[in-house]
Amino acid sequence: MSAKVGVVVFPGSNCDHDAYFVFKELIKADTKFLWHKEGSIGDRNIIILPGGFSYGDYLRCGAISRFSNIMQDVVRFANNGGIVIGICNGFQILCESGLLPGTLLRNINLKFICKTVSLKVENNKSIFTGNFGIKEDINIPIAHGEGNYFCDDDTLTDLISNNQILFRYNDNPNGSIYDIAGIQNIKRNILGMMPHPERASYEELGNTDGIRLLNGVAESMN
Amino acid sequence: MFTAKIKVTLRKTILDPQGKTVEHSLKSLGYDKISNTRIGKYIEMKIDVNSKEEATVIAEESCRRLLSNPVMEDYEFEIT
Repeated sequence: MSAKVGVVVFPGSNCDHDAYFVFKELIKADTKFLWHKEGSIGDRNIIILPGGFSYGDYLRCGAISRFSNIMQDVVRFANNGGIVIGICNGFQILCESGLLPGTLLRNINLKFICKTVSLKVENNKSIFTGNFGIKEDINIPIAHGEGNYFCDDDTLTDLISNNQILFRYNDNPNGSIYDIAGIQNIKRNILGMMPHPERASYEELGNTDGIRLLNGVAESMN
Repeated sequence: MFTAKIKVTLRKTILDPQGKTVEHSLKSLGYDKISNTRIGKYIEMKIDVNSKEEATVIAEESCRRLLSNPVMEDYEFEIT
């Protein structure tokens, strides 16, 4: 089996082409777009929920996307152990869908923040972080207004004790509880993260920390 | 035909930086008696059913399933 990547496109997605480009042209994986109205992900074995402003971020970020046609099948796929990565708006959609715990609040300073940040790899024993060293510092860009991860105390305790926290900010930009930048679900097949690995994937742009993550996920299918 | 008037607010335990910023601005206008400013959403919708009970069920489900996120928000509504 090899990686068959599906990049979901919602109205308002704007990092879908970046994710597609990285998987298709740099990683050389079989990659397709999946329009939000499609009822099935077909033969795809890795699903990417890309960044952007799906459905205009109306009501709450990710709240409307959750009920789109394609998400019904993505939820089924994820619950059966399928690999799903939600980046930025995709992370918000995963939280709204209940596939990941917690939610993402407005940034504590109320500003949209667009810059490269330093992350610490908290756990490298996952299919998402196997290419990194434990506690390795990596640089990945963020670009969000609602990236302030929040959950109740019991959930946070569970996230920590179950090793579900994969990335933490070294210099918390947005107010996230416990400096959380990215988490996986308890079954370890779903990743949600606010930073954009697909934007740190081209040597020409000076940073390839992100493609190490995406490459690792594609390789896990070999 | 009934009207549902729905208020969705951030839960009390969650910091509301927008409310804080607005309160700061109000204070700078001289309203120094104002405190605990919280900003939420107001949603109004018509529900075409025959009884207030049915309208209440629909409004309740709408709030729970889509209009609010229980991790961060509370809701309340009235049916008229």
